[in-house]
Amino acid sequence: MERVYVQIEPGSDSQYYWRDIWQYRGLLLFLAWRDVMVRYKQTTIGILWVLLRPLITLGAMYAIGWLFGSNVPEGVPRILMVAAATLPWQFFASAFGESANSLIANSNLLTKVYFPRLILPLSTILVSLIDLFVAFVILLVLMALYAYMPGWEIVFLPVFLLLALVGALGAGLFIAALNVKYRDFRYVVPVIIQFGLYITPVAFSSSDIYGNPNIPAAIKTLYACNPMVAVIDGFRYSLFGGSMVINWPGFIISTAVSLIMVVLGVWYFRRTEKGFADVI
Amino acid sequence: MAGTIIEVTDLGKKFTLHHKQQERYTALRDVLSNKARGLFKSGSSPATKSEFWALKDLSFNVNEGDRLGIIGRNGAGKSTLLKILSRIVSPTTGNIKIGGRLSSLLEVGTGFHPELSGRENIYLNGAILGMSRAEINAKFDEIVAFAEVEKFLDTPVKRYSSGMYVRLAFAVAAHLEPEILVVDEVLAVGDAEFQRKCLGKMKEVSEGGRTILFVSHNMAAIQNLCTTAIYLKQGQLVQQGPTDQVISRYLSDAAATARVDLGARKDRQGNGAIRFKEFMLTNDRNEPIAAAQSGSSVVLQFSYEAPVPIRDLHVAVGIDDQYGQRITHMSNDVAGMELSTTNRNGYVSIRIPKCPLRKGNYAFTLFSRANGEIADYLLNAGTFHVEGGDFFGTGRASDDDQGAFFVEHTFEVV
Repeated sequence: MERVYVQIEPGSDSQYYWRDIWQYRGLLLFLAWRDVMVRYKQTTIGILWVLLRPLITLGAMYAIGWLFGSNVPEGVPRILMVAAATLPWQFFASAFGESANSLIANSNLLTKVYFPRLILPLSTILVSLIDLFVAFVILLVLMALYAYMPGWEIVFLPVFLLLALVGALGAGLFIAALNVKYRDFRYVVPVIIQFGLYITPVAFSSSDIYGNPNIPAAIKTLYACNPMVAVIDGFRYSLFGGSMVINWPGFIISTAVSLIMVVLGVWYFRRTEKGFADVI
Repeated sequence: MAGTIIEVTDLGKKFTLHHKQQERYTALRDVLSNKARGLFKSGSSPATKSEFWALKDLSFNVNEGDRLGIIGRNGAGKSTLLKILSRIVSPTTGNIKIGGRLSSLLEVGTGFHPELSGRENIYLNGAILGMSRAEINAKFDEIVAFAEVEKFLDTPVKRYSSGMYVRLAFAVAAHLEPEILVVDEVLAVGDAEFQRKCLGKMKEVSEGGRTILFVSHNMAAIQNLCTTAIYLKQGQLVQQGPTDQVISRYLSDAAATARVDLGARKDRQGNGAIRFKEFMLTNDRNEPIAAAQSGSSVVLQFSYEAPVPIRDLHVAVGIDDQYGQRITHMSNDVAGMELSTTNRNGYVSIRIPKCPLRKGNYAFTLFSRANGEIADYLLNAGTFHVEGGDFFGTGRASDDDQGAFFVEHTFEVV
């Protein structure tokens, strides 16, 4: 044989994996495009859902924050404060939920064609990212209404967006791979997302936790283990700049959790993906 | 001579069968409860497991430009082999070296979305099969023309007829241009004319120097398309060689089993009010025989188990020739005979007083209905052999290759 294009062996085929992902990038885009198209064809108000869902969460979270009198930095309207957290939270929730479900939702593809399996969760995250960009309109409109101009710190926004993506990907990959074998995890995902909203600083602000002398240090550390804490603190810092005080130890713990999750998620996914078609 | 393009060495695929559960995936509950049980009872394995080698020690090479047919009975490992070649599942032992881009078509219309239009599905399906956007653009008009769906390009495929759907799906796949194309039995769908068109297209593709691996139960299609073939039996290679030789080996092998065990078959449908257990050929004296003979009487005997007596039993047997063409069909309903069972075990026999089939191998499909509901349905239940014989009782040899059956007739010159 002149050249071996692919060698199939028991175990992993890592030598071609990343090359294959690059070759199948077109499929990644097509799958994302399919999900978007199908949603617009099946729903009558289509794009409005992308705005309506965060708007409802925004309203509820605003009301809760106002009722309990959570901290708002000087000069920043509360609604902006809540919107800056609702958008990344909504992104995380949908990216995590959809990617965790992506393998079993596409089981017919898994058993009939080859492609790097990572393409499926990645494509659902891409869809969530598109939704996030559309939903950014809400934030822009609110800023215009309150005539609020973000400072130079806005340049860090993409970094925190990437961090949200990394966290969602890590958790999503892990659950997606587990879901193939143990369908129980399908029911775990909504619980995690629902519970997550209570412990994530959407209605309140991290300074409510870190600045409260009545909360024990252990709880504060536990609070910081939520990967979304760093993302939301980062979003608020990027938008409201100097008036936001970042709690660095908490921020570092939260970021580290995201990074550990993505490493574990990719590792576990890669370790189990060869058997997906056998068990799904 | 062209070089090797696929090299399969000592390939094996093991499946572990769990007897306890029905679903292939496990529920966390079972894992946890088994682990917990294990704490108290050390040393005993909780679930009964058995291993099953779908493929074992399989080695063969495919040369560039070959059209290789893969034949074997259900469960011989053909589909598993294709899935490993397509990198959908991973082998347990051995390795395969592939010297080119490989695309596989294991199902028509994989990834088609009913809500999307024909045009959108062409792009989506093309991408799923590994085509780039530029490739699809270049082939788009050809695909549409081949599928004959020009007028419905912007209609969602959920409004397509099943024929249109299949045509469009095959058209996309047929325009793939990989160096190696792997095709499972996808031609079983679609009408006869379209099947011919597909076979023609595949031939055309391979004449461009591409290599094709083709699985089918339709020996005529294999004979028509393939230059070489391999015959798999219980996961192992029986023979590799020119198509005609391999096919005749396969058919003669099938004929050696004059008794066919039907009880072990898993691929059956029906509510089980009756279960056929074994098939054999007997003569009029109820003695088993190895083969029927043209012009002689023969009895097709099917032993059954029916737990509850069946008042209204319907049994039908369809007979196919070696190319998978239905030759005839026998049914007690059509023949106007009522059947019922009283015993739990017994047999249904069909007596053919003068076997009209010519020499060859025949396959049969068995269908039964108990009190109006499908009870046991076995597609391609088994095969039997017919030896040449003196149908007209004239002592003259007849031409065995002149068609499939004899017809009683008289000649007259006026």
